[in-house]
Amino acid sequence: MDIKSEELKEIEKINVPLAYVKGEPYLNIPKDLYLPPDALEVVLDSFEGPLDLLLYLIKSQNFDILELPVAKITDQYIQYIDLMQELKLELAAEYMLMAATLAEIKSKLLLPLVEEDSLEEDDPRAELIRRLQEYERYKKASLNLEVLPRIERDFYLPNKVSYKAIKKDEVYQNVDLEKLVVIFHKLMEQTKFLTPHDVKKDFLSVREKMTLILNLLKQDKFVDFKTLLDIEEGKSGLIVSFLAILELIKLTLIDCAQANQDSAIFIKLK
Amino acid sequence: MENTKIKKIIESLIFSSTSPISLKELANFFSEENIPIKIIEQIINEIQEKYSETGVILNKVSTGYRFQVSEDCNQWVSKFYPEKPQKYSRALMETLALIIYKQPITRTEIEAVRGVSVSSNIIKTLLEREWIKILGYKDVPGRPAIFGTTKEFLNSHNLVSLSQLPKLDDIIELTEQEKKQLGLLDIEENIKKNVNSDMNNDEEYNNDNIH
Repeated sequence: MDIKSEELKEIEKINVPLAYVKGEPYLNIPKDLYLPPDALEVVLDSFEGPLDLLLYLIKSQNFDILELPVAKITDQYIQYIDLMQELKLELAAEYMLMAATLAEIKSKLLLPLVEEDSLEEDDPRAELIRRLQEYERYKKASLNLEVLPRIERDFYLPNKVSYKAIKKDEVYQNVDLEKLVVIFHKLMEQTKFLTPHDVKKDFLSVREKMTLILNLLKQDKFVDFKTLLDIEEGKSGLIVSFLAILELIKLTLIDCAQANQDSAIFIKLK
Repeated sequence: MENTKIKKIIESLIFSSTSPISLKELANFFSEENIPIKIIEQIINEIQEKYSETGVILNKVSTGYRFQVSEDCNQWVSKFYPEKPQKYSRALMETLALIIYKQPITRTEIEAVRGVSVSSNIIKTLLEREWIKILGYKDVPGRPAIFGTTKEFLNSHNLVSLSQLPKLDDIIELTEQEKKQLGLLDIEENIKKNVNSDMNNDEEYNNDNIH
């Protein structure tokens, strides 16, 4: 996108210093200056809205907001809008609204003063002046806000670890052999009351049972000791299971744990 | 309990707390010992004295006391933060300034001053940072959210209260009434004025800002 000579003429008309070189203001773009097309875009794109643009026009020419020279400002403003449109910048609708507002104010000021009207009518610039002043206050406030000390930029806090709720692993007591035997004995007692089955049960060796228990523990992290001892398997089955458990404990492949004295005993993989 | 022991305990409490701890909260720790809050405050001041020339200082912010790095050591500590601090756009800062000085305020009211619409991203960022919060909803069509600043905003700027912020510029050549309308009074008085009955009352807001 090239800057056409017409656009350069537009810029010259505005009379706002475009740049300061060694303290001297440049009102015109030097003929031999290469202006990258994007540069102007950057400048024009940096306005926060119509009020911001107006403030810029006023301030850069050292006008007083209260003495707002509407005619001149309106012309300049519209020139800027046209330029922005030429550069295909996204213009918020608010810019157009402001152009219309300025034009309206300008026309009101151009109308001849009629006696009755002058008493009732407020200065047509009043509302715009109020808006400009108000915007300027908050623009200034925002600049002050920017320089206030800000965390992790102007001051630092100690880097502390927040105390997340640490999940307490339940403290298990080690189960002694005596307890295991007692439970086993109780189970054995229960088998006495079972009627013998007709179904023939496979005889499981202790080794096979050990593998079975280990597989079971892989799936279920904690298994109640009692579930490993199936009464249905009859006396021999119980004995095999019990021996398997003891063997696994001896091989330190599993752990026996009990939360407290009276709770169930759990088996888990080591 | 002797003061030296209390002092030590308070120091350890402020040190290990993950967020600023208030005078009241500290006093609560000693409720069984029946130590008057005045004494606690006095001891805290002594601790502040102790930490006045050190690399770590004891500072008071909106929600209480916290230890901070002494600012003359900033450039050293900044080495732990290789990333450049977040820079916020002018639009965001202007929006924030409006919320601060004109709270409680709605988006429409912000737009009226800035002359442009408020970006949702800006509101989102400010809410995420917890610098602003929704105080309630205005009882008008559309039920727009009403915004205000938070204690976190104050904490992030080393402030105890909003009254410490710089005052807004004067607007010249206006009538007394217009001056009042434009909020040339203290910010906090302005807030009290603006809280109107058609706003859903947020109890937390009232406790936060009017103090």
